[in-house]
Amino acid sequence: MQLTLWTYEGPPHVGAMRVATAMEGVHYVLHAPQGDTYADLLFTMIERLPKRPPVTYTTFQARDLGGDTAELFKTAARDAYARFSPQAMLVGASCTAELIQDDPGGLARALELPIPVVPLELPSYQRKENWGAAETFYQLVRAMLADAPRTAYTGRAAAARPRCNLLGATALGFRHRDDVRELRTLLGQLGIDIHIVAPLGATPDDLKRLPEADFNVLMYPETAGLAAGWLTRQFGMPATKTIPIGAKATREFVAEVAALAGLDADTALAAADSRSPWYARSVDSTYLTDKRVFVFGDATHAIAAARVASEEFGFQVVGLGSYAREFARELREAAKRYGVEPLITDDYLEVEAKVAELQPELVLGTQMERHIAKRLGIPCAVISAPVHVQDFPARYSPQMGFEGANVLFDTWVHPLMMGLEEHLIGMFRGDFEFHEDAAPSHLGHGQPAPRPAAAWVAAWVQDAEKELAKIPFFVRGKARRNTERYAQERGIAPITLETLYDAKAHFGR
Amino acid sequence: MSPVIPIRAEIGCADAPVLRERGQREVFCGLTGIIWLHRKIQDAFFLVVGSRTCAHLIQSAAGVMIFAEPRFATAIIDERDLAGLADAHTELDRVVTRLLERRPEIKLLFLVGSCPSEVIKLDLSRAAARLSAHTPGVRILNYSGSGIETTFTQGEDACLAALVPQLPATPPEAPPALMVVGALADVVEDQFARLFAELGIGPVHFFPPRSAAALPPVGAGTRYLLAQPFLGDAARALEARGAQRLAAPFPLGVEGTTAWLQAAASAWSVAPERFEQATAAKRERARRALARHATELAGKRLFFFPDSQLELPLARFLARELGAALVEVGTPYLHRQHMAEELALLPAGTLLSEGQDVERQLDRCRAARPDIVVCGLGLANPLEAEGLTTKWAIELVFTPIHGYDQAADLAELFTRPLRRRMKLVA
Repeated sequence: MQLTLWTYEGPPHVGAMRVATAMEGVHYVLHAPQGDTYADLLFTMIERLPKRPPVTYTTFQARDLGGDTAELFKTAARDAYARFSPQAMLVGASCTAELIQDDPGGLARALELPIPVVPLELPSYQRKENWGAAETFYQLVRAMLADAPRTAYTGRAAAARPRCNLLGATALGFRHRDDVRELRTLLGQLGIDIHIVAPLGATPDDLKRLPEADFNVLMYPETAGLAAGWLTRQFGMPATKTIPIGAKATREFVAEVAALAGLDADTALAAADSRSPWYARSVDSTYLTDKRVFVFGDATHAIAAARVASEEFGFQVVGLGSYAREFARELREAAKRYGVEPLITDDYLEVEAKVAELQPELVLGTQMERHIAKRLGIPCAVISAPVHVQDFPARYSPQMGFEGANVLFDTWVHPLMMGLEEHLIGMFRGDFEFHEDAAPSHLGHGQPAPRPAAAWVAAWVQDAEKELAKIPFFVRGKARRNTERYAQERGIAPITLETLYDAKAHFGR
Repeated sequence: MSPVIPIRAEIGCADAPVLRERGQREVFCGLTGIIWLHRKIQDAFFLVVGSRTCAHLIQSAAGVMIFAEPRFATAIIDERDLAGLADAHTELDRVVTRLLERRPEIKLLFLVGSCPSEVIKLDLSRAAARLSAHTPGVRILNYSGSGIETTFTQGEDACLAALVPQLPATPPEAPPALMVVGALADVVEDQFARLFAELGIGPVHFFPPRSAAALPPVGAGTRYLLAQPFLGDAARALEARGAQRLAAPFPLGVEGTTAWLQAAASAWSVAPERFEQATAAKRERARRALARHATELAGKRLFFFPDSQLELPLARFLARELGAALVEVGTPYLHRQHMAEELALLPAGTLLSEGQDVERQLDRCRAARPDIVVCGLGLANPLEAEGLTTKWAIELVFTPIHGYDQAADLAELFTRPLRRRMKLVA
């Protein structure tokens, strides 16, 4: 048993719903008790989809348990087929139905529906949402290609443009829709056609044509890694390895797909247009140098964000973590590059404690870290699912590609004090409008967050306290913390003027 | 849908047939009640013993994660518990011990059963008794919020029913006392407390209380008024301890609030003049505030999907005080006895439905093209996309809507979507 306050991922059947809802012509019959329909609101309220997810819930109750829940499932599946006429049906159980062991797959087979029926075995007590999405997509792809000949595709005419599939975008994904649009444009400019995008927007019949492409672009390993690996093994289809998040990674991605497509990348790269690298080089960005940043999210986004933060914006990565245990190895490798301990946990309290301990100047995380950061008074930008209604902006806002790199620059830098603004406030410190409790002007006039209660209370002699007040307020908090930490570690009390400058020399960079 | 209900104006819907359906239900389970119960009882903690789905449900239904460390959590059952590798009771003890160490301010802990804990027959009452013995100063109780047994607001019913045996007993010679049963917003509670004081009715206790230390006494002298229509089990438990229900419609709208107060006034033999004096100005003020909404809602056709069991009293208010027409009033469960006064007031011929087959109900709704559809969050945006105007039902549970001074706020919850649609179309 695990004590959980907030959870980063839903159960695996929610992952299956993300695949079914993204696709066309698929219906999911879920053996589930009353109440599990809450999952519909994730799609209709958070993502604001104008249609219900294509899911039928059997809605069994306590009184059914002694009777025939299996019959209930069969009726629901039969009715769902009659009403929605899907091209393919997914059948499975939610956590409670898994316990009553009705075997939805076997029951659905007995109905002899004239469409492919894909049984899903999603162990709710071991696995979570992303794994459920990956497994569902993989099972669907396998089922639709069960009878296809296992040969690499050779049907393309020599003169025809190369083509690829985009794999991994689902419903309720973090900017998946915009990423697909960005990559479609980028690949189009390179001279590569998009054959099938899946799961998002694909039909089961489309999945049958996946091997007709030259290669797969694996957008999100969390949701499509399994399927892409299987397509490589079965049909010899290569899959991309670079996740094009950030300007550098996008350039590497262009080189990778150009090689896979037999094209010349140089022309495309020369024409590549991204403001983000120039903005990062511009003098106003000097103040971004070595800003301490804490990164947490799904593995793909967290690893990519850490790289962009470090290599493209000149931040210092002081913490890197993920809730995705399936990708622990990749995350550990990435953490090594920044010399930080990887934090692999789905315990929200552990993440919160880490952020409080590290006192970063910027948090790049999920909606959960946004709440942590808000309470600790630290600026934050959201880089990953779990999603919130804010993560489905009305405007075009990809994370991938060159435009995605621009979006990253804007959304990560805006929560910070603007460089020039910070400079001016330093110049005019002590002015009646520019005092330490004033929030940055672009953040409105909220109340500053209370300082977290310290376990160790430091005593300052008056001179030292006065000297501290002369330090510009936007670094004063850090100076106070560093000095107190320095004093605490050395058992110095009270803190004098000398301690203050000793600490400054110690922590100075 | 052919009209199956005979028109009998004199008794409203008292004997009306009800369309009973079963199929897919688009409703929350009883765990959702934790969202408002933990705000109401401010030193209580709700520990769901369930699956990741349960944890995900509560955080999704709550919509936002505003409370850094909330007073609810889930003990997620994992495969080791199921495979018998770990003793579920030992595991639960460990989780509860860790929790209480972290949160020493907690005085009342509910172990909340879920679908998985019910199916594996994890005996939470035994766990609660055992843990109570080990943790002095913390009362540990249990109830089920599982979807196989409870629908949405029934979670509050189960929680209150579990609390009733803990209520102190009134001494046998104690004078009659009034108990208002059902979680209300604090502001509404205070309004009612002032009204009862003006009527000379007292002592008055509210149940659930704001603090676990303030459990109201119960006994043969207890007369209780239900503030919420979904409290069948809690009512039965109170009656088992000698309390007597004052039958009344629910305090929604001017008419409902007046009749509800009147039920207490009659039991306390309050003189009609005093009742008039205490309520006349408030009734008048509420009516004035309602007038504007009545012009907007008159003749508007309403369709209720089942959600909170508040549907019947809401429909009665909208029909009788605001002139709305009722196309269908769906409710997850119809408690005939507690709803008797409401049924009598509903316009005769109203189509009542109980339970749900959501696809068939959607067919009826689309065919009827009502002016406002009251439905859950899973259906609202899809119906809006089809051109229907909706009111999400959950707001009716989370917003203070009871009593005179909230009558117009309640009406506005229905006029706002109409007004919005008109503005956006213009």
